[in-house]
Amino acid sequence: MSEPVRSRGGFSRREFLKGSGAAAAATAVVGAPLVAPAEEATGLIRGAEEVTLQVNGKAHRVRIEPRTTLLEVLRYQLGLTGAKPVSADGCCGGSTVLLEGKPISAATTLALDCVGKQITTVEGLGAQDNVVQAFVHQDAMQCGFCTPGFVVAVKAFLKKHPYATEEEVREGLNGNLCRCGTYVNVVRAALEVVKGGRNG
Amino acid sequence: MAKLDWPQQGKAALLGKRHDRIDGVAKASGAARYAYDILEDNMVLARVLGCPHAHCRVKSIDVKPALKVPGVVAAEALKKPGDEIQWQGDLVAVVAGETEGAIAEGLAAIKVQYEVLDVFAQDDDLEAAQKAKRTRRAGQSTKLERDIPDEVEDEEAWEEQELQRLFKECDKVIEGQYGIPVITHMCLEPHGSTCLWQGDKLIAHLSTQNVSGTAGQFAGPLGIPATDVTIHCDYIGGGFGSKFAADTWGVTAASLAKKLGRPVKLMLDRDLELKNAGTRPSGFIKVKVGVDGNGVVKVWDSHHWGTNGIGGGVVSQGVIPYVFDPPNRRRRATGIRVNAAPARAWRAPNHPQGAVLSQCAYDDVARELGIDSYEVFQRNLQRVSNGKTEVYREQMEIAAKLMDWKAKWHPHGKGPRNGSVVTGLGMALHTWGGAAHNSTAELKIHPDGSVEISLGSQDLGTGTRTVIALVVAETLGLKPEQVKVNIGYSTYPPSGPSGGSTTVGGVSESSRRAATAALNQLLDKVAGKLGVPAARLEAKDGRIQDSQNPETCISWKDACSLLGMSPLVAKGEYRRGRTKTNLSSSQVAGVQMAEVAVDLETGIVRMKKFVAVQDMGLIINRKAAESQVQGGVIMGIAYALFEERILDPQTGAFLNAELSDYLLPRLGDVGEIVVHLYEPPSEYQRGVVGLGEPPVISPGAAISNAVCNATGVRVPTLPLTPKRVLDALAKAQG
Ligand code: FES
Repeated sequence: MSEPVRSRGGFSRREFLKGSGAAAAATAVVGAPLVAPAEEATGLIRGAEEVTLQVNGKAHRVRIEPRTTLLEVLRYQLGLTGAKPVSADGCCGGSTVLLEGKPISAATTLALDCVGKQITTVEGLGAQDNVVQAFVHQDAMQCGFCTPGFVVAVKAFLKKHPYATEEEVREGLNGNLCRCGTYVNVVRAALEVVKGGRNG
Repeated sequence: MAKLDWPQQGKAALLGKRHDRIDGVAKASGAARYAYDILEDNMVLARVLGCPHAHCRVKSIDVKPALKVPGVVAAEALKKPGDEIQWQGDLVAVVAGETEGAIAEGLAAIKVQYEVLDVFAQDDDLEAAQKAKRTRRAGQSTKLERDIPDEVEDEEAWEEQELQRLFKECDKVIEGQYGIPVITHMCLEPHGSTCLWQGDKLIAHLSTQNVSGTAGQFAGPLGIPATDVTIHCDYIGGGFGSKFAADTWGVTAASLAKKLGRPVKLMLDRDLELKNAGTRPSGFIKVKVGVDGNGVVKVWDSHHWGTNGIGGGVVSQGVIPYVFDPPNRRRRATGIRVNAAPARAWRAPNHPQGAVLSQCAYDDVARELGIDSYEVFQRNLQRVSNGKTEVYREQMEIAAKLMDWKAKWHPHGKGPRNGSVVTGLGMALHTWGGAAHNSTAELKIHPDGSVEISLGSQDLGTGTRTVIALVVAETLGLKPEQVKVNIGYSTYPPSGPSGGSTTVGGVSESSRRAATAALNQLLDKVAGKLGVPAARLEAKDGRIQDSQNPETCISWKDACSLLGMSPLVAKGEYRRGRTKTNLSSSQVAGVQMAEVAVDLETGIVRMKKFVAVQDMGLIINRKAAESQVQGGVIMGIAYALFEERILDPQTGAFLNAELSDYLLPRLGDVGEIVVHLYEPPSEYQRGVVGLGEPPVISPGAAISNAVCNATGVRVPTLPLTPKRVLDALAKAQG
């Protein structure tokens, strides 16, 4: 276990230090793999408290610190990994979810601020959602990493602008970044939904 | 007997048509799990500390304070005192913890002392680099129509004289300078993995383009046999050439996981991703071209320089001049060592730079002579490096029609002005290999009629799963949804890394071969049952039937029940250069045209329209192929107008290593994009050729040429930001 490790980077015999007892004390908790199960078990988490979050229509008890982002809770305590960590400043739309129906960046929203509010993630839309289906028909994805964020952004945009024109779509969906270059088909997907699409 | 060859053009049931991706819903609904998304019981997160200096020596490093932070589980130095660091962001230490907040606090608590050393970070400034002794010759090659006389001793001097003589013979000699800076890969999913151990065996959920080829890279440094490593990657959030390796951070995650006895997820933060995990080399060039009165280039003489980071490499001189192959040319290259991480393969390595550094010069020939750029490109097609003169000619005609080039054309800088806005057209050509990579597939037909195929490939966004399903379904006469496709595990038969546009060719080869072999075994069994020789049987529409008398048939399910108890297994193997094949080929052309609007007062360039005409041999999934071309074009618009890595020339600090500062086009920035997939019978017959790289090559040159056509002024260096445009306009006005 404590054999010196040789790595391609050239460093060897790295000093390795282990948190005193921390690792040993932490035990697996189903659905809460990352946050220590209880304060007394680790005595470690700053100001951690249990709160209830309303996600996709269900109440979830989660354990958060004041600094915990909504994204961290969604991904690591609730297993909802559709919203992606792409940038820490929320400028890419990768972590877009709906808070009280409005699109927000989960990466830059504190979980505490969401208590008592309705949160909808891409998983809450479901496979049959008309925006999801339109993205598939129009092939508005390549690697797909930006896609869930885009789907939620389009959902929110079209809710506000159900009769959006192509020009409005091109102007209104600039909060999301895609590196693979799927924009052309995202526009088509949004317009397919506007037209009633196959599942509209 | 099922034939291996592809069906005749127009006869395929599935190939070449428009298909939704079979994993489309998984991706769009958030169900697809990337390495970043893998959750394991009792997992800890880990993050790394990057070095703040671009060149320094570590004096001391103390990670103990991190361990005092509540929630931190482990901290480890990745450098030791005395280690020299050559770029900002190089990994110095790692902290594992229970929450993101604890880790961030832990990283901040680590104490490192550095001795700051001299930095060089100006890859565009050849003189400064020479003064700083940061250059090295990176090749020179001269090709002249006249042979060097035997008696000549100093060949270089003779070549110089000969070039001068040739230039004197030309009707016009045009000089230019062009540049294309370093950009990053900017995969939206950063590099990293989730690693866990089961006893002595490592499972690495890795964000990788190389599922079958990475186990050994973990095994070696960890001192375990490669057989004890499983690589898993169902989905990868962008790679573009930067994710072939385990990387030091991958090995770090694995060793941490071993020591902690807990799964570890280590993904790079955005800034460290940009500083460490991949860039494209820069290129800057001084060119002199000699032309005849028609704009045909007779002599080319160039010197280019740039950097691939601390290694000091540069854009290969082999792509200069690009596509065009003038009768006389000399090209020289100089590499510059800058304090930055080593570059990695970036979609179509060397080619986008080659296109910009060469074809802007060809367009300046048109500008100087007052000839239509289309004419200049066409006249120079007589000599192209890949022999595809006729393909380019036809593709140019198609592109010109789609762009309405003739009606829109005006000489450089002479178009109508609409307020402060002028418009312009530009074009460029490209080429790429795209030969299939090695691939082995194992196909099983179960007695209940279900079919599965396994290969250690990956889907970068191409739609690999769908390609495989279509090929197998086409071969077996089934529907794509009847084929279960298993990729993404290194335990499956090996398939090549996805790089260089090799995947669709490779997996089509192995899938077609496996499915054909399996089908022929099945036909042998059916032959007895139907009393028809196997040679006459075919699989079609969910049945096996007598090709001469389709009434004599058996359903797929009944045919498979003849297998008895155990499934039928067949392998398909393709080895590049060794397997004789009609299924795939290599070498494509491609023509792109851009129309832009430039505001002369603000310097802002807007994309109006972009046309991409692309050959790729035989098309498997038309819908995904079009997406891939659109994606390449948009990535091209990105480096043409928006993105670049900005290093502080004094400190070497990477100034825009965040997504908010590193500009990329948004949905509203890309204009209209028209894709034409060029697939005449001559192309279809060649079989599959890779498509990933080609469409990203030409946009830089085409857009730069369009801006030049609009304004009459060459903006020498990409990206064509408002400042660069305004500076060039001001300079032109004197
Ligand atoms: S599909 Fe890859 S980033 Fe958008």
